[in-house]
Amino acid sequence: MVDIASGSAAPARIPATGGASRDAAALHRAIFIGLAALLVVAPFALYPVFLMKVMCFALFAVAFNLLLGYGGLLSFGHAAYFGMASYAAAYAAKVWGFTPELAILLGTFVGGLLGLVFGALAIRRQGIYFSMITLALAQMAFFFCLQAPFTGGEDGIQGVPRGKLFGLIDLSDDRALYVFVAIVFLGALALVYRIIHSPFGQALKAIRDNEPRAISLGYRASQYKLAVFVLSASLAGLAGATKAFVFQLATLTDVHWSMSGEVVLMTLVGGMGTIFGPLVGALVTVTMQNYLAQFGAWVTIIQGVVFVVCVLLFRQGVVGLIAKFIRKPL
Amino acid sequence: MISKARLLAGAAMLGLAAQDAPAAAQVSGDTIKIGLITDMSGMYADADGSGGAEAVRMAIEDFGGEVAGNKIEFVVADHQNKADIGAARVREWIDRDGVDMVIAGPNSSVGLAVAKIAADKKKPFIAIGSTSSRLTNEECTPFTIHYAYDTVSLSKGTGAAVVADGGKSWFFLTADYVFGASIEKDTRAVIAAKGGTVAGSIKHPLGASDFSSFLLQAQGSGADVLALANAGADTINAIKAADEFGVGQSMKLVAMNMYLTDVHALGLQVAKGLYMTDGWYWDLNDETRAWGKKFFDRTNKMPTLLQVADYSAVRTYLEAVKATGADDGETIVARMKATPVNDVFVKDGVIRPDGRMVHDMYLMQVKTPEESKYPWDYYKLVKVIPGEDAATSKAESRCTLWTNATQ
Repeated sequence: MVDIASGSAAPARIPATGGASRDAAALHRAIFIGLAALLVVAPFALYPVFLMKVMCFALFAVAFNLLLGYGGLLSFGHAAYFGMASYAAAYAAKVWGFTPELAILLGTFVGGLLGLVFGALAIRRQGIYFSMITLALAQMAFFFCLQAPFTGGEDGIQGVPRGKLFGLIDLSDDRALYVFVAIVFLGALALVYRIIHSPFGQALKAIRDNEPRAISLGYRASQYKLAVFVLSASLAGLAGATKAFVFQLATLTDVHWSMSGEVVLMTLVGGMGTIFGPLVGALVTVTMQNYLAQFGAWVTIIQGVVFVVCVLLFRQGVVGLIAKFIRKPL
Repeated sequence: MISKARLLAGAAMLGLAAQDAPAAAQVSGDTIKIGLITDMSGMYADADGSGGAEAVRMAIEDFGGEVAGNKIEFVVADHQNKADIGAARVREWIDRDGVDMVIAGPNSSVGLAVAKIAADKKKPFIAIGSTSSRLTNEECTPFTIHYAYDTVSLSKGTGAAVVADGGKSWFFLTADYVFGASIEKDTRAVIAAKGGTVAGSIKHPLGASDFSSFLLQAQGSGADVLALANAGADTINAIKAADEFGVGQSMKLVAMNMYLTDVHALGLQVAKGLYMTDGWYWDLNDETRAWGKKFFDRTNKMPTLLQVADYSAVRTYLEAVKATGADDGETIVARMKATPVNDVFVKDGVIRPDGRMVHDMYLMQVKTPEESKYPWDYYKLVKVIPGEDAATSKAESRCTLWTNATQ
């Protein structure tokens, strides 16, 4: 696991103490405020549903990056938590008539629970074996969704009612839903930021960088790893459940292994182990998928070229490169 | 810094969005805008894809690019077989770009998602490539028209025709997911009704690579007919394996869902003798041949059912616009449902209140290499399946729009 995160693609380190970290904290605060301002202005220029999609995927990538960038664990099955949560939320809202916030909480819980089961199995192995176990378990989740009657098989669940938030606010209006998604997104991002900069996050980074040493210092490495795995899976679930409301559907695409690959792509393009990298990565990937759709077969080719160029030229990702340039962690 | 990057990216997108802006600014009445959402890059790209887009362009050219004094515009996008991408694109087309009618190629999850959006926005939606019969049953809407075929027409039509043609005892090789299961279930019902029997069935996982043990079981069953209730790559692989095992010598091989382009890709040596149901074939009569040749000159491929249906659907829609001079969903759909379709695709095709277009289907047999006289000469017509036999009846329908209607 350690070797996956280190090497020349090492993520930007965040020092725990000293003036540099206060500088960085001020910069991060400014970026947060800038991001919030941008989210307020953006729907006037861009299509709100597109922006909501970017936010859902950004949240998914942030969740994945928490595990890969800070835990040093390359999961190749994150689509399972994302997709299962999406199905759970869609089903709860459509069939059981859950309000959006309850359905999303249920989805998040399902993602976390699945993460607990899969994580408990996977963290027993390291490196490529860890990744393969997560992939295998995620494939099982995919075939479960393909077969289970409630998912509608390859047709998926469509026409999920957006419903009324807390029974009051009608989310069928794109603008209301946009505000809701933006709040969920910023809240989750702030939570991840807090996790990374907490003592828990510091211990996690220590384990990532040198697991035997962290164990010799008395940290129970496997418990830390499981905890971050469950956190990441829950957040991925939050993203998936929110997405089910944005598009009013849940389909096999969300649990397919290519979705697990896409989130790796987003994280690497944006910058692994940076806080804001996954946001940029998600923006780039979703924009390509959406606005290149008229070029047909070229979408996947362009995506592949972008990935290759990214890996060859700036392995730290877009944000990682900027962080290196300004010598501050982002 | 990062917000700068986002701003730059945002600016780039604004530039892209601006290209679409003029259309959004115009009143819907000045242009008729048609959007085709289909698979341009995945496994259905051959059956519809860019050929489908070309077929739509041919329909628009038939009208000289103008209808009732309005310019006809055409946009096309690749849904990459992802329902969220398809749904997002169509939502944006209708909300921002003023698209008046949406037509969708293969993939039922995309079709179902788009149907909901179109109904919300009160725009006509014509499903071409989706096979799910849910579109005109549980999920039927006043704005959905299911134009080409569905799982019911594939199973009912094929089942009845093959039993009538002497295939009494059946064995199913079924892909283990909803599509396979629903095809098998519907076909079993028809076989039983027509006096045939089912000797057995076996499920294979989606994307199976080795069909040998399944085929040996099928051969051992002693059934007359081996039905492949699967699609795409699974069907292709099963047919290749069946050819290697010589299944065709003792059993009739029936593919429940195949396109002309699949036969083209397999080659006649492998596909020969195969039975399949298709909704159209370019070599049926002089009219279809003429249109097929016209299409071939533009794309270098003969048209599939989906492509000719794209053409016909757009023509039918434009005829309705021409006749009513309107572009609002309700008027157009009412007109389309009231007018029988007569063109190169269908004769006397009727769009029912549930949105299903009822038309004849054809049981075809793939020719042997010796029988094939010229390029793309692939099918022998075995039997015409009347439209009513190939569609859900009103008694079976789960579409409340129709079952509750007085008609």
